[in-house]
Amino acid sequence: MRRSIVASPAAWLVWGAVIIFFIGLAGVIGSVVVNSFGLRWFDSWLPEAYTTQWYGQAWDEFTLLPVLTVTLVVSLLVVGISVAVGVPAAYVLARRAFPGSRILYLLFLLPILMPPITYGIPLATVLYKYGLAGHLSGVVLANLVPSIPFVILTMTPFIEQIDPAIERAARMCGARTRHVFLRILAPLLIPGILAASILVVVRTVGMFELTFLTAGPDSQTLVVALFYSMSAAGIRAQQSVDAMAVIYCVMMLVLLVVALRFVNPTQLVARVKEDPSE
Amino acid sequence: MTRFERLRLDGVTRRFGGVDALAGLSLEIRRGEFIALLGPSGCGKSTALNCLAGLLPLSSGSIWRDDTRLDTLPPEKRGFGMVFQNYALFPHMSVQKNVSFGLQMRGVPRAEARRRTADAIRLVHLEEHARKLPGQLSGGQQQRVAIARAVVVEPSLVLMDEPLSNLDAKLRLEMRTEIRRLHQALGLTTVYVTHDQEEALSLADRLVVLRDGRVQQIGSPEEVHTRPVNRHVADFMGYRNLLPGSADGAYTKINNTGVRVKGTPIGSVSDGSPVVAAIRPEDVSLTGDLEATVEVAEYQGREIAAEVRTDDGLVLHVRTGQRHAPGDKVRLGFPPDRLLIFPADAS
Amino acid sequence: MSTATVALRHRLAERGVDTQMLLLVPATVFVVALFIYPFGYGLAVSLQPREGGMLAAYQGFFSDAYQRDTIMTTLWIALPAALLNVAASVPIAYRMRGRFRGKRLLTTVLVVPITLGTVLTAEGLLNFLGPAGWFNRFLLTTGLTDAPIRLTNNYWGVFFSLVITGFPFAFLLVLSYLSGIDPSLERAAATLGAGWRQRFFRITLPLLAPGLATTFCLTFVLAFSVFPSAILVGDPSGSTRVISIAAYEAAYVRYDYAAASAAAIIMGVVELIVIAIVLGLRGLLYTGSTAGGKG
Repeated sequence: MRRSIVASPAAWLVWGAVIIFFIGLAGVIGSVVVNSFGLRWFDSWLPEAYTTQWYGQAWDEFTLLPVLTVTLVVSLLVVGISVAVGVPAAYVLARRAFPGSRILYLLFLLPILMPPITYGIPLATVLYKYGLAGHLSGVVLANLVPSIPFVILTMTPFIEQIDPAIERAARMCGARTRHVFLRILAPLLIPGILAASILVVVRTVGMFELTFLTAGPDSQTLVVALFYSMSAAGIRAQQSVDAMAVIYCVMMLVLLVVALRFVNPTQLVARVKEDPSE
Repeated sequence: MTRFERLRLDGVTRRFGGVDALAGLSLEIRRGEFIALLGPSGCGKSTALNCLAGLLPLSSGSIWRDDTRLDTLPPEKRGFGMVFQNYALFPHMSVQKNVSFGLQMRGVPRAEARRRTADAIRLVHLEEHARKLPGQLSGGQQQRVAIARAVVVEPSLVLMDEPLSNLDAKLRLEMRTEIRRLHQALGLTTVYVTHDQEEALSLADRLVVLRDGRVQQIGSPEEVHTRPVNRHVADFMGYRNLLPGSADGAYTKINNTGVRVKGTPIGSVSDGSPVVAAIRPEDVSLTGDLEATVEVAEYQGREIAAEVRTDDGLVLHVRTGQRHAPGDKVRLGFPPDRLLIFPADAS
Repeated sequence: MSTATVALRHRLAERGVDTQMLLLVPATVFVVALFIYPFGYGLAVSLQPREGGMLAAYQGFFSDAYQRDTIMTTLWIALPAALLNVAASVPIAYRMRGRFRGKRLLTTVLVVPITLGTVLTAEGLLNFLGPAGWFNRFLLTTGLTDAPIRLTNNYWGVFFSLVITGFPFAFLLVLSYLSGIDPSLERAAATLGAGWRQRFFRITLPLLAPGLATTFCLTFVLAFSVFPSAILVGDPSGSTRVISIAAYEAAYVRYDYAAASAAAIIMGVVELIVIAIVLGLRGLLYTGSTAGGKG
């Protein structure tokens, strides 16, 4: 379509809205970052002096090393289990039409559509009843609830687009089921599994509600620890809370950069068929 | 709709990232003509069509309808109709609504729009399907809707972008006749893009053969078919035997063989210069004196298409009405008026 | 193996059931045990309050204005935020639907707030929009106001946090729906004489509408379950006391699990009602392929 060089008023409006949004976003992130390095910052645009002392303080006061360890362990366990459980299920859903397959698909869709708080509270109650909540296992179990369906829903279309004729060809070449899976499907699935895994990590590290409802003092992930330090504002220096926020921020951005090597930005949001030419 | 006598393309050029997708296309289209833009994929024929439609801005050049300059107008102001390769039917509108869309856009009164829509649908034999959505139609029916939608507004020019390429062979022949019939019955002016030389020859009044964005030849089907201007056009028009050689007086010596043939030079061929001798399989005579052995024989109804090899290794494609089998000996001859000699250019 | 089992196996195989279906078992067990069972358990708990009849927990919720009003409070925050996010996304995505330099960079920057999540956004908003933050400093310096505007610890703080995380979400979804619409449809409309306004309202918007409904639902779900930002940048005991806070308080402050489960279930039901209405309206629209034909 023809685009004129001189932008129309509508174009100005649209780009104006985008720019305002980005200024807001930059302000939100920038003020946290600046504050975390500021020594004294009262009535001025920028702090009077800069320091890195808040980071050391945050590291000690909020015991960030165990918190980071918990975050890492929880993410790895959640990814491992949800891939191991989700990928085979996705394979069957992608390849078979059987009575009840649509109902099963809906069952896997529900935990993603429901806001975590709605099912998180009954889930936490059940986990406490069986003594599973309050430590790591409860956090992992709670985070599996959206993660397993997420892996299934990401992998099903991925497996669907692998031509089933390839598997049949392998069988005609004499491969048994085990060989079909290991030698033919596994290599083809690796990119999809990587993408699904990294998305699960991003979601687990960022998952606040479920972890918040099931974590005990020793099983908080970074985002929950951040929430507690924020809601206890006034006890600690605001700057060290901000330092912690920056650490969380950097961690998420690193994950994001890694994720974007495997998936495009839209996939982080939802699974929608993309224009193949994009 | 705006009638015109002449539509003139003047040096129409379109560049994509420094590459000329279409370089200096100049063409005059008279009212009522059927023009085919012909060439292999990537030759610039679709670019030319999109430039004409206004869907792509020109890099340079101009387009004129009589004395009105068109290339600065957006597509909706040019008053052309277009049939897209994938049909581009509006999936959320019924056949009827698809066809009447253009009339509504032009503010045609409701009663007249209804009548003309019904006429157009009848014209393409889709009366029973008028209320269906495009998704419920077969490929051939979708094709007819696309044509009806393009012609219902009585456009001054109809553009067709490989409209038959998604159809199977039988339907393709049927629709080909249908398109020519509509062109004549409605007095349309049509520009038709295709890569199928047979389609272009049978439909068009004039062909424009393109290669790498440049016009190679403009002429009637007969001219292009019997007198291609260079070896590329010859290649594209079915001169399947292209034999590199060198000019040797009135004769041409085929490389790496002892074969000497006499042909009709096209363009300037100087003595000793490299040339290409071109002849169609069906023009090779089987009553000559060059001995060859049949290697492959393909049954094609009344004829056999055969690949033959001479004793010194020259491979040729011929067609014959006799039932030859692999291993048979044949004797080939080359009628000088059918064997064209082109200078071998660097490209 | 007896003939009977062979016959049964054939009959099952004919309907697509065989041993490979065992691969579904672990995932199904997990979801049933960790999602369906807790839901049923929660429902059962909500029907067994410490005192009163079966529906006492629900009666308690609806008879106490402090609890009941959380429904309206939540809707009053979530609906406008979701509407704004979707409505703003459409013109912006429409303008950016083609290819241009930096499109990937733009979408990448837009994922940042989604990735960071509500907790960090809340912290940033407190700093940025707070009385001494850059935003109010800008307003005061330019003389647009005389006194700082209060934008945190009230309705607006929560609203902004929902826009910052929700808008990119809605935008990216709308953009991918838009790029799923065959561009040759708009070109066809142009050759038939439709100007940009007609192309947008007659062709693109009708084809986009079902996607917009879906986008609205997903954005609404995000906004409806607002929890951390309602506490951190909102006014959790007043104007932003949303339903998830009510459920959380019942469970972890009052330890009244019946009331907590009842609140969670009411929350789910209200949300499903809104989604059902939107999806019901969506059912009236054309929802088929957005391609222009074969090929």
